[in-house]
Amino acid sequence: MQLAGNFGDLSGDYLSLFFLFTILLISVPAAVYSTGYMMGEYGGKKKAVLWALLAAFVSSMALVVLTANAFVFLVAWELMSLLSYFLVVSDFKHEKSVKAGTIYIVMTHIGTAFMTAAFLVMFRYSGSFDFSALKEACSTMPPEIKNIVFLMLLAGFGTKAGLVPLHIWLPYAHPQAPSHISSIMSAVMIKTAVYGMLRFVFMILGIGAIWWGNLVLVLALVSCLAGIMYALTENDLKRLLAYSSVENIGIIMLGVGASMVFMKMGLPAVSLLALCAGLFHLINHAVFKGLLFLCAGSIYKATGTRNIEHLGGLIKKMPVTAAAFLAGSIAISGLPPFNGFVSEWLTLQALFTGAVNTGGSYKIFLCVCAALLALTGGLAAACFVKAFGVTFLAVPRSRAAERAGEVPLSMKAPMVFLAAAAVLLGVGAPSAIRCISAVADSVIAAPAGGITLSASLNTVIIASAIFTASAAAFYFMRPRRTTECNTWDCGYYKLGARTEYSATAFSKPLRIAFGFFLLPYSKTEKIRDSFYHVRSFKYEVFTTPVFRDYVYEPAVKLVFMAARQVKKIQPGSIHVYVAYIFATIVLLVIFMGRF
Amino acid sequence: MKYLLVALQIVVLIAVSPFITGLIKKIKNFIRLRKGPGVFQPYYDLAKLAGKEEVISRDTSWIFAFAPYAVIGSVTAALLLVPAFGPGISLNRAGDLIAMIFILAFGRFFMALAGLDAGSAFGGMGSSREMFISSLVEPVALLSVFAVSLNCGSTDAQAVASYGTFRFSTLVATGALFAVTIAETSRIPVDNRETHLELTMIHEAMVLEYSGRSLALIELASHIKQVLFFSVIAAVAVPFGNYAVKMLVIAAAVAALEVSMAKMRLFRVVDMMSFSFVLSVIAVVISAMGY
Repeated sequence: MQLAGNFGDLSGDYLSLFFLFTILLISVPAAVYSTGYMMGEYGGKKKAVLWALLAAFVSSMALVVLTANAFVFLVAWELMSLLSYFLVVSDFKHEKSVKAGTIYIVMTHIGTAFMTAAFLVMFRYSGSFDFSALKEACSTMPPEIKNIVFLMLLAGFGTKAGLVPLHIWLPYAHPQAPSHISSIMSAVMIKTAVYGMLRFVFMILGIGAIWWGNLVLVLALVSCLAGIMYALTENDLKRLLAYSSVENIGIIMLGVGASMVFMKMGLPAVSLLALCAGLFHLINHAVFKGLLFLCAGSIYKATGTRNIEHLGGLIKKMPVTAAAFLAGSIAISGLPPFNGFVSEWLTLQALFTGAVNTGGSYKIFLCVCAALLALTGGLAAACFVKAFGVTFLAVPRSRAAERAGEVPLSMKAPMVFLAAAAVLLGVGAPSAIRCISAVADSVIAAPAGGITLSASLNTVIIASAIFTASAAAFYFMRPRRTTECNTWDCGYYKLGARTEYSATAFSKPLRIAFGFFLLPYSKTEKIRDSFYHVRSFKYEVFTTPVFRDYVYEPAVKLVFMAARQVKKIQPGSIHVYVAYIFATIVLLVIFMGRF
Repeated sequence: MKYLLVALQIVVLIAVSPFITGLIKKIKNFIRLRKGPGVFQPYYDLAKLAGKEEVISRDTSWIFAFAPYAVIGSVTAALLLVPAFGPGISLNRAGDLIAMIFILAFGRFFMALAGLDAGSAFGGMGSSREMFISSLVEPVALLSVFAVSLNCGSTDAQAVASYGTFRFSTLVATGALFAVTIAETSRIPVDNRETHLELTMIHEAMVLEYSGRSLALIELASHIKQVLFFSVIAAVAVPFGNYAVKMLVIAAAVAALEVSMAKMRLFRVVDMMSFSFVLSVIAVVISAMGY
């Protein structure tokens, strides 16, 4: 039998190398971090298993982005999914981990099923799994088949990327894994889906129609807004970060989708700019989300909790972790001069330039996209003010937070490294963008002249302007005399942790304003000593996960209902089964006689 | 020469900024038939605060001490990008109008963190509300900036400022930008600078723990931010006529609005911002229609 293509072929183009670089940029610090993180957490044998799994996981991701054969791609993809499943359930004694793992593995296999179907359809036209053969075959594919293949690819990769409404697994699986694994999963694994989109939709399939881009844009916007709103109301630090990954994947896909739209509109320069923005945000998100997950791991290691309502005051106990988390928060909120700012600015510029060059309804659509991206940015800033402020500032809210101490060097060093990378990618943006535009160049045939911007941005000048003004203010207006005193308590008594503003309270205005989507509800419980005296109050706020309650749970119910119906014909009696066999034979005989 | 002018512009604008606040107060008092403090009162306040001893909470960290410098740094850096005195006088190499919005967000981020730092419920409440309102303001600010920039095809402040023809879309976008200005400068009906009432204050709650020179810096930063937003309207959105006159008109408009309205309930601000958002979408639509 002849092999369907060369299984050993690797693709060494810029796109593959860019993703390989991103994978290593996060995985290496995360691996260093894990030495400190696993110390005391796991036994010797388990550590060995985790190390082996980690190495295999990173290798499988590298294979995903390096192979030049769709079959090998699929095998590597499956390996990546399975290995990450084992890593997610590595704390298998927790019931939550097992549940998270189950949701993850079901969702990821639904995605893989779509991808497999798409690859098989493409294979029918090419007869080989080689990328080059697939590409040739796709040029002769009829457009309606192309549409179907695109939708299947979008569903497959969208599941891995965590695009809403396929994001359901992400907030379960990412927080439940050990923190260095969460960091790798959130920072790079979900990005392999973006690689898949670029490789298979942009380079092999070719963009068939403008509605492809529109669809991606709309899904991206929904992901941005839904992701950040859920993140805002979340009090579990790692779940908050996981939801924020949904948001950031949305921003990346906004660039990718805009690029698709502009390419079909015949605006290759703007298309290139949008893709650059998307790719730049991809590496930026990898850096700061990797960093933030590592910080969350340090906090968990130091305090034993991920609930920010039980934290507080950690900036004095863990100064390095606090500084690293602050750097990550500034970067993820898109504030200058950090890296998140540059990529968000580029995305906005791409949308703006597109709006200038198109007319009519597209102009309005693109502007509204940009405005919603700005809303996302504003909400992200609010979210991370909450995350940093409640976790690190003010007074500790629990004994665990009071007794926390700084983590060892092996955990500090990777955090500092990634924080430095976030600054460097922001301040050194022009060089980074040059490299990334070469990558984008290899994906879409670029026009002469490369990217052009309608306005210029120089983060070095911005950073030095902010710094100079702050320094001047410090020089002239440094406080001469200071007195330390208690926080203003209206003259009552010494305020404590119980009177601090809580994370739930912080997000309350947003919970009310966006109540139409979050559907918040609360439970109040009075604990009484007697009929007349209430000893304490218990107040809990919940938001309704719309997609889970209204999409997935009905779907799961439907599956179970169907299963119960099928059960009826399986009574377990041998006589009935013999009757089935007989009936089948009769049917087959009739069938064979007819045709 | 250009950089000299930019430096001169920034010094003059910073020096004048407290005067604008004093002026608005004076106009308000004039409408209310009161005498009120002189227009130079904000300068005296700053001088008084600069001479005072500072009281800081024991629970605070370096974030609290650093925030005033971050705020003043961010508003000054943002001011560099606005061509107030003439279409060519700004550092357009550093960034555009979009960058300006993001730079201001940098200062706000630290201010909100500082509000949480002392562990007081006031500060937390202020931070929460500030971030809430600012996240609603941000899309309006961006979209109105887009609307004024669409006509000339660039988000560069200088290009927008030197775009000669008057377009109707710009006028509508200016309306939205005015709402943004009201919200960003903590003016009635969004916020009220003049009161320290627990239930309503936003900006004042956030800076409640500050005193002495740090408070002076924060106050100065608010004055500068006000000049910045007025200048964006005066010099960028409506680039005709005399700059100083336009600034006076805007100040008078803000003062008139302040005396003629009551402060809104917090959740009414959502309606106001939704309205402004629609206004800026309309501006984009009008621009797409070619007016």
